[in-house]
Amino acid sequence: MTGWTDLLFILVLVLDLFVLASSRLRAGIRAVAAQGVLLSLLPVVLSGDATETRHVAILAVGALVVKAVGIPWLLARATRESTVSREVTPLLGFLPSLVLGAAGIAAAIWFAADLPLPVPGMHPLLVPTSIGTVWCGLLLIVTRRKAVGQVLGFLVLENGVFVLGLLLSDFMPSMVEVGVLLDLLAAVFVMGLVMFDIQRAFSSLDTEKLASLKD
Amino acid sequence: MTGPLLTALQLLGFLSLPPLLLGVIGRIKARVAGREGPPLLQPYRDLARLVRKGTVYSRTTTWVFRAGPVVGLAAVLAAGLLVPLGAPAATVAFAGDFALLAALLGLARFATVVAALDTGSSFEGMGAAREVTFSALAEPALFLGFVSLVRSTGGTDLTHLLGDGLAAAWHTDGPALLLVALSIFVVALAENARLPVDDPATHLELTMIHEVMVLDHGGPDLALIQYGAALKLWLFGAVVVNLALGARLDEPAAAFAAFLGGQLAFAVAIGLVESTMARLRLVRIPQLLVGASVLSAFALVLLLR
Repeated sequence: MTGWTDLLFILVLVLDLFVLASSRLRAGIRAVAAQGVLLSLLPVVLSGDATETRHVAILAVGALVVKAVGIPWLLARATRESTVSREVTPLLGFLPSLVLGAAGIAAAIWFAADLPLPVPGMHPLLVPTSIGTVWCGLLLIVTRRKAVGQVLGFLVLENGVFVLGLLLSDFMPSMVEVGVLLDLLAAVFVMGLVMFDIQRAFSSLDTEKLASLKD
Repeated sequence: MTGPLLTALQLLGFLSLPPLLLGVIGRIKARVAGREGPPLLQPYRDLARLVRKGTVYSRTTTWVFRAGPVVGLAAVLAAGLLVPLGAPAATVAFAGDFALLAALLGLARFATVVAALDTGSSFEGMGAAREVTFSALAEPALFLGFVSLVRSTGGTDLTHLLGDGLAAAWHTDGPALLLVALSIFVVALAENARLPVDDPATHLELTMIHEVMVLDHGGPDLALIQYGAALKLWLFGAVVVNLALGARLDEPAAAFAAFLGGQLAFAVAIGLVESTMARLRLVRIPQLLVGASVLSAFALVLLLR
C-alpha cells in the first residue's frame, strides 16, 4: 500500500512540474484538475485506521467536487470566452522555471526530514510534497503574465496547503476544512470577476496592461 | 535451454528482428491514419534494395565520409553485446558497462556527425549541429536514469541493472523506477529521431535532424545507416522493456517470449505517440529533454532520500 501512496505524492509533484513547463493554459487547467483528483484520493489512502470515516469521506468528496470538477470547469469556461489559449512570454522562461521548480522540490525532499513536526507516524513524502507544491505555485504566480496562469498558480499553491492540512486533519474539525474549500471557491470567483473585468477593459488577459491604469 | 544457446538466440534476434520493429511502427501509424500501410517486411526489402545499388561519392568527401556508416554500425553492434536482449544475461557484462553503452552510442553518433560535416553541405552541418545539441541534452536524462537504477538495484553492470536486481527494486522503489522508465522512453524517442523530436518521414531539409545528415549517403552506405538505426531502436527498446517488465520469468523460453512481446508493445507505443503527437518546434525540444532529465533527477533524489 505504501507504494501506491508514494505514487500519489509523486504524481502530484510531477503534475506541478508539468504545469510549470506547459505553455497551453488548457493543458494546465487539465493538470490542475488531475491534481485535484489525486488530492481527493489522499485523505482516503492516508487514513490507515478508519476512526473518522465520515470526516475522511467529507474531505475526499469535498476536494473532488471543488478542486477536481468545480474550479477547473470555471477556469475552462473563462478561457473559452476569452481569446487567450497559451502563455506566450512568461517573465521567467519555461525551462528555467521548470529547473527552479525541480530544484525547489529536491530541496524540500532533502530538508523535510529534519523539520521538527509534532505529528508522529506521518507519511515521509507528505511534507516534501506540500512544500514543493507551494513553491511551484508561488513560482507560477510570480512568473506568469496571463491572469489564467496566475490563477492556476494560486490553485497549485492552495493544493500544497491542502496537503499540509491533511497532516492536521485528525485535530481539525471538519467544519474548518470545509471552510478552507469554500474560501478557495470564493477566491476563484473573485479572480474570475477580475479576469472578466481585465478582459473587458483591455480585450486581453495580460496583467502587464494593468500597469497603464491611471486615476 | 542452456546459457550459450540463449546468448546465441538473443544475438540472432538482435541481428534479424530490428527492421521488423520499424515495420510495426509504420503499420500502426498507417492504421491509425486509416490507411492500409506498407507490409510489415517492407524495411527488409528497402535494405535489400539499397544493398544492390551502387554508391556515388562526392569529390569533396574524404575517407571520413566512407568510414561514417561502418563505424556507426560497428559501434551499435558492439553496444548490443552489453544489453540483455531477452536472455537472462547480456553477452558481455562487467562493472560499470552502462557507461560504455552510452559511449558506444555516442561514438556511433559522432561517426554520423563527422561524415555529415565531411560533405561540406550546409544543410548537413545544420542537422549535425541539432543532433549534437539534442543528444547532449538527452544524455543527462539517460545517465541520471542509470545512476538511479544503480542506486536502487545495487549493481553496476547492465545485466544486474536491467535483470536480476529489478524485481526487488520494483518492490521497494516502484514509483521512482516508473519515473526512470518514463524518462528513458523520452530519451529513446529523441535518440532514435522519432516524433515529437524529429519526424522520420519528413522530406523538408529545414526541419529534419537525423535524416538530413544522411542525405549524401546512398546505396549500401545508406543501408548500413538505416540498419544501424533499427538496431539502435532495438537496443533502447530492450532497455525500456527490461525496465518495465521488472521481474524475469524463470522459464527462459517464456522470458524470451515476454521480451519479444515487450518490444512489440514498445513499437506500438511509438507508433501511437507518432500518430497522436505533432513534431515539437525546435525551441521546445530542449524543454522536453530537460523535462526528462528532471524526471530522472527527481527519481534519484527520491532514492537518495
